[in-house]
Amino acid sequence: MADITGILPAITIAIPLVAAVLILIVGRYENIREGVTIAAAIAMLCSILAMLPEVLSGARISISLLPMVPGGDFALRVDAFGMVFALVASILWLLNSFYAIGYMRALKEHAQTRFFFCLAVAIAAAIGIAFSANLLTLFVFYEILTIITYPLVVHVETPEAMKAGRKYLAYLLVGGIFLLAATILTYLLTGMTDFVPGGFLAGSGSDLILRILFLLFMVGFVKAAWMPIHGWLPAAMVAPTPVSAFLHAVAVVTAGVFGIVRIAGWVFGMDLMASLGLGIFLAVIASFTIITASLFALTEDNLKRRLAYSTVSQLSYILLGVSMLSIAGMTGAMAHIPIHAFMKITLFMAAGAFIVSAGKESISDMKGLFRKMPVTVLMFSAAAIGICGLPPLAGIISKIYLALGAVEGGMPILLLVIIISAVLNAAYFFPIIYTMIFEHPDDERSLDAVTEPPLTMLVPIVLTASISVLIFFFPSMPFMDLIEIAIAEITQSVIP
Amino acid sequence: MTVINHLPVLLIAIPILASLLIFAAGWYDRRFAYPITLITVLFQFTASVILLLQVMQEGTIRYHLGGWAPPLGIELVIDSFNGFILAAIMLLAAATVVYARRSVEKEIEQEKIVSFYVLFQLLVTGLVGMTITGDIFNLYVFLEISSIAAYTLISASRKPHSYVASFNYLVLGSISAGFILLGIGNLYVATGTLNMAELAAILPASYGLATVHSAFLFLMIGFSIKIAFFPLHLWLPDAYTESPSAVTILISTVMAKVSVYALFRILFSVFTTAYIIDSFPVTGFILLMATVAIVAGAVLAIAQDDLKRMLAYSSISQIGYIMFALGVANQIALEGGLLHILGHAVMKGCLFMVAGMIIYRMGTSKLSELKGVAKTMPISCAAFALAGASMIGIPPTIGFMSKYYLVLGAFEAGLWPYAVVLLIGSLLAAVYIWKFIEIAYFGDHHDNHHTSVREGPLSMLAPMVCLAVLCLIFGVFVEVLMEAVGPAVILLLGGV
Repeated sequence: MADITGILPAITIAIPLVAAVLILIVGRYENIREGVTIAAAIAMLCSILAMLPEVLSGARISISLLPMVPGGDFALRVDAFGMVFALVASILWLLNSFYAIGYMRALKEHAQTRFFFCLAVAIAAAIGIAFSANLLTLFVFYEILTIITYPLVVHVETPEAMKAGRKYLAYLLVGGIFLLAATILTYLLTGMTDFVPGGFLAGSGSDLILRILFLLFMVGFVKAAWMPIHGWLPAAMVAPTPVSAFLHAVAVVTAGVFGIVRIAGWVFGMDLMASLGLGIFLAVIASFTIITASLFALTEDNLKRRLAYSTVSQLSYILLGVSMLSIAGMTGAMAHIPIHAFMKITLFMAAGAFIVSAGKESISDMKGLFRKMPVTVLMFSAAAIGICGLPPLAGIISKIYLALGAVEGGMPILLLVIIISAVLNAAYFFPIIYTMIFEHPDDERSLDAVTEPPLTMLVPIVLTASISVLIFFFPSMPFMDLIEIAIAEITQSVIP
Repeated sequence: MTVINHLPVLLIAIPILASLLIFAAGWYDRRFAYPITLITVLFQFTASVILLLQVMQEGTIRYHLGGWAPPLGIELVIDSFNGFILAAIMLLAAATVVYARRSVEKEIEQEKIVSFYVLFQLLVTGLVGMTITGDIFNLYVFLEISSIAAYTLISASRKPHSYVASFNYLVLGSISAGFILLGIGNLYVATGTLNMAELAAILPASYGLATVHSAFLFLMIGFSIKIAFFPLHLWLPDAYTESPSAVTILISTVMAKVSVYALFRILFSVFTTAYIIDSFPVTGFILLMATVAIVAGAVLAIAQDDLKRMLAYSSISQIGYIMFALGVANQIALEGGLLHILGHAVMKGCLFMVAGMIIYRMGTSKLSELKGVAKTMPISCAAFALAGASMIGIPPTIGFMSKYYLVLGAFEAGLWPYAVVLLIGSLLAAVYIWKFIEIAYFGDHHDNHHTSVREGPLSMLAPMVCLAVLCLIFGVFVEVLMEAVGPAVILLLGGV
């Protein structure tokens, strides 16, 4: 458990930032601009992979960049849990970049330079959140992520998009204020904000204050989209699909749940949470969100919005895992981050492919798409099955851990939540699959012009779906190994 | 060495001579006016930086005018507090002068340009004098010099509205000057001296006297009008909106900040913390009014449909932040307040420069007519976005750092309800800043009726971009600023 100093964490974040500047400079030449994005994505992935062996050996790589304000320096530390998020984000940025290029060009979208610039800064902020060594650094990147994703959400610039954008900002900026208040309160209580495995808040204030603090953090991490403060996520679906896929299924929402897991494991600590009764509080929120969001998803006909509600529901699995305050539960929570990310991005990318190739956004219009776009529909179906928790996709892994955790944590009623939710997942996904594969379109000729999407889009879809399968067969490398280290860090014990 | 020793007096004497020279040389040829102003202000800027460094290394500089020691003679005092303020305002003044040339050519009649620069130079000099004098009556003299120059400059664009604005300010400014003079008179009656250091030494003996209380109130009210502390702000919106752009920038940054400085100086160095907290408890009231100012200013700003007027109301809100520090009056909050004096000057200067640029190119600052302006003036709007982010308090800009210190200070003093207002204020700032961002960037990309509009000239762009980048640099390297701010606050609170 050695701490080593290294410059790589800073370089990893600098790569997309430099790329963002270059994108602005060469914005006029589309191919060079896209080349910069791809090159940066590869460079960043390499730089993260270069840190992987050390992190897998149990070391943490840290670097203190600048003194900032009382309460925390601007400092980065790469630990196993941060590595999970960073690895997911960097792999998906690369795949999503190809997809985005195909998507944006196929639809001849305007302001593409702005789009790729913002996307590059957003990934830098997401990696920054993963690598933050203390609450203040995390807050800095969290706010940057809020601001820089706004132009992406309102990309189409229609009045509806502007309205959605305002909603998005209102939720996330207010959340940011809560996070800042929570950070300052933490500093005043303990005189520090550095993440410490196992937490550092114990005994620093009365139970009431600590409970309030936890609530502040929960509202602060509004990006986790728990109900009833989830409204921004379906609204954000007005963004172009690569944004919905990458940011609102992976980077932004994961930043939210990542923050909550960090708070639970590295600020409060599971023992303190248990003694404050916060597990039950969190379990109620998570169960409510899981079931209600699934019900909402049932009623949506717009595919992207249905997927958004599915995301809201799935994110709360992670909160549910945390709420169990048991080792298996925490493992399930952490494992669900990469697993959900790969499957959900597949679904969104497929939804984008339907828009590009067939111009269809509503599920009821998608009858018979299978015959024209067999690969895309197949990948979509596979990922949907995975989300429902069926083998041979990765979804089942986290669900098993969650179920174990429910028993181990002494809350068997949560098993019921998991089962109901699985049924509901099937209820909102299987009709889509049925519609696309078995139903016939009302007008047979309406699908004549439809083909598979361009390869830049199709290949990423196949790859993310394949990775979801691979994780099922080889769960340990590298995600479960990393999670094992993270769990050992916060509990001083091993995964069952 | 001898020149360096006399730098304090040269800082005032040379510019006064320069303003005569501008007049004389301008008489001969109008083109001489600008270069002389530029050189003089750059000299003042350089001198102020040298003085600040000297103060930080060697401690307070006391200069006796003409070799007459106080209380007979006038003393110039530069300590860590006003050294910091001096450098900050001269930075802004220098940026304004560079910006002013083209803007003034456009907005001021040819034959008035010489007298414009004479007054401009006098205004700057008066403000510098206010900052470095150690004699309270001398402060009043410089205040009048700067005020009279300001009244004239506001009406310099010779539009009907600007005459009204100028007249309003003249009336309220004169009332304020009257209050200040009465206050100074009372202090003289009570103590028999006008030197600030001696006043601070003699006054505690007569803290119970009604004369002293009334002097305090007179000064307090007088300067509250000067700094436009809500609800005594009535002159400000018109004055800021109707003046020529260059004048707006100068009075909204340099003049506003010097008035705030003078208030701080009198509250902390003539009276003391002991007086304002124990003998005449006024901080609670100031704190209350500051929070009202923060909210009211921001709400009024949101209601405006003119860019300059919106920024003017935003100034009223931001003055509230600085007065908030005064109301909390502990080390951390005052550090935040001082940081905000610099930070707000930099960001508001930048924002008004953008407004001036838009007026320069488009002839209007009505928000409704600025749709899609980011297309044609991308650099200006990017500068606005950056400075605007600082205004909202998005990390890692200077605006975030100062607000962080303020909130931390308020929390530490146990004034958490006020801290909440502070946080709400930054959300309101987000609303009015976003109003412009939305219009400029996402207005309507379909119709480009401003195709003839371009970016402004380099001499206007350069200072604007510099200030915008400074918002970021000051924020990231805030620790360097704290080396100047920390000792200044210790001095204010009565330390060494």
